[in-house]
Formats: sequence, structure tokens, C-alpha cells
Amino acid sequence: MNQIPALIRVFAYLSILTVGGGMAAFPEMEELTVKVHHWLEFHQLIHLYSVGQLAPGPNMMMIVAIGDWAGGILGAVVVLIAFFGPTALLALIIGRLWAKLEKWPWRQSIQDGLASVSVGLLLAGTLSMGKGAVTGWTTGGIALSVLLIMLWRKINPALLVLGGAIVGGIVFMPK
Amino acid sequence: MNDAPATIGSEKEVVRAARSKVTVFDIFLQFLIIGATSFGGVVPYLREGLITKNHWVDDKEFVELLSISQSLPGLNATNMAVLLGDRLKGWLGAVAGIVGVCLPGAAIMFAVGIFYRIHGDHAIVTALLKGVAAAAAGLLLATVIQLGKKSLAHRFDLVFVLVTVLAVNRLHLGVPKTLVFVGLAAILFHYPRQTAKEGATK
Repeated sequence: MNQIPALIRVFAYLSILTVGGGMAAFPEMEELTVKVHHWLEFHQLIHLYSVGQLAPGPNMMMIVAIGDWAGGILGAVVVLIAFFGPTALLALIIGRLWAKLEKWPWRQSIQDGLASVSVGLLLAGTLSMGKGAVTGWTTGGIALSVLLIMLWRKINPALLVLGGAIVGGIVFMPK
Repeated sequence: MNDAPATIGSEKEVVRAARSKVTVFDIFLQFLIIGATSFGGVVPYLREGLITKNHWVDDKEFVELLSISQSLPGLNATNMAVLLGDRLKGWLGAVAGIVGVCLPGAAIMFAVGIFYRIHGDHAIVTALLKGVAAAAAGLLLATVIQLGKKSLAHRFDLVFVLVTVLAVNRLHLGVPKTLVFVGLAAILFHYPRQTAKEGATK
């Protein structure tokens, strides 16, 4: 079955929901890619997103893998364009209008108002993802340790994710 | 692409001089390098590559563009690539920027996806991934807390944060409806107040 039109629709739609960051779209991404279209399973979505934290570049690149699974290499390309195209165009337009918007009194209101909603959306996405990632004492311990280290020290996050992999490997490896 | 010579001129002049020589290919190459090396978050690498190394923008403009990026949908990394590319060389610069910054990560995740599909069920891979996912969850929460500390303008904004979380995760209202309803309420809460400082705005 040809999944390309569905991939375009889903990822273009998810694109405009990423207010504040990619994670804002996560609950909707789970709904559409896992429950509606069955392109992958929930634990696979979490794994791909998490491994993506070890790759350089923008942090939602795991969508490429979803595109490939559902529609081959064309699916991967289509997903990239659908997910980054709409917001890129919007950024281009708003970026050019910005100087004019500077004098518009509601601009600051919109920025301040959206700030709280985008933090809320990111938190909601984080909790949805965390429910799948934190499943016991060990995973809870890893997540909490990373959280505390991040808040205490300035350290490259990719190193912490690598540390998580090592701890996971040691603890969960079948004997 | 060379480091700017140690001129005595002001930062603005250095930036102007550096900008006049930029080509679309320079932009593509610089963003490609950032896209291939920015482990753990793109923005610090953008700052390093564009301000410190190439002097294409100054600190003030960078911060301004970052604030635009944050209030628009889209990832910070890709919005910044578009905004910076556009300032440097128009829409072609924007295309060069976003394609460059996305290409390496996209190629890597394409390969990872294939590997994961074949080997994802191996006990070793599953064990490693459990740890990776837990660490990523902790990382995300830290990012949200840091962003909240930095961007929330008012103590009451925490209520909007909470309502947003409840609407999405408990009431399952969906992200778009939540965005519209809570977003509108929050924007109205921050309606433009006429203060002495803003007296000049019309």
C-alpha cells in the first residue's frame, strides 16, 4: 500500500505543532505514527528518538527512519521535506516581517503567552516519552541522574546519553 | 571561510566586511560542518561557527534571531539556519543553511533506522537502548526546566504550563486545540499594557 500521501499529511501536520521544540509534537506523533498508521511501535518510536540524541544536527532526525520504514527512501525524503518545509517557510516570512512587527504592541504579548504554552507542550511530550522510557528503578535512576547532572553542571548532553547506554548495557544485558 | 584578520575596526564593520564576501556555497558548507559536528545541541555550535569563526553575525543579532526561532513552530536549529541564511544571502542562503544543517544527521539516522530494523530485537541492543531512552528522558526534562526558567515572564505562567500538560496528557484534547485555547488565554493574559516605558508605542 502506498504510504507516501499519508506520510506527507502526517509530518506536515506535525511540523506546525512543534512550538517550542520537536518534543511538543510528540504526543500527536505517537498517536498518528503508532496508533493510527502503525508505521512503528511505541517502544521503537522512543528508541529512535533517543538514539537520535547521539547524532549531530537537529534532534528530530529520527523521522527519517520512520519515513524509510513506511515508504522506503522516497518516504524518507518526503518526510524530511514535509516536516521541515512548512516551518522553514514560516520562519522565512516572519523573519522578514520581524522588523515591522517590532512596533506592534501585541508581539511581546504573543511571545510571552506562547512561551508558557510551549514549555507546557514540551513538558507534556517529555512525560509521554518518559512513560515509555522510565519503566523501573534502574531506568528511573538513569533519568534522574542525567536530570540532576544537567541542572548542576554544564556538560555535553550527548555524553550523558552515552553514559546511559553504558549503564543500560551493564544492567540489562542478559547473563 | 578564513578567520577574519585582526582589524582594529568595530565588530559591526568586521561583520559587514565578512558578510559582503559570503557565497551561498560558503553558507551550505559552514552549516554542513555544523550539522555533522553538533553533538548534543546545535545552537552553541551555530554561535561558534557563525560569530566566533566567520563573523557573519554579531552577538546581538544572533540573540534576536534566537528569540524569533523560539516563538515560531519548528526546531530552533532549523529555524536558526533559515533566519541566518536569509540574513546572509536571501532565500537561497536560507535553503543552503537548512539543507546543510539537516543533511548529515538525516543520513546518519537513515542508516541507524536500517540497522535498528534489523538488529533492534537483539538483547544487547535492547539493553543499550533502555539506558539511552532513560537518559534521553532525563535530558528532556532538564531542557524543559532550563527553558522554563529562562522564558517564563510571570509566576502565573506556571498555571498555563500546568493546564497545557493536563489538557494534552490527561484530557487528551490534542496538541492543536490545546495550543489554540491555552495559547489564546495566555496571550490575552499578557495583553499589551500601557506602561511609561512603552509610552512611545502607538
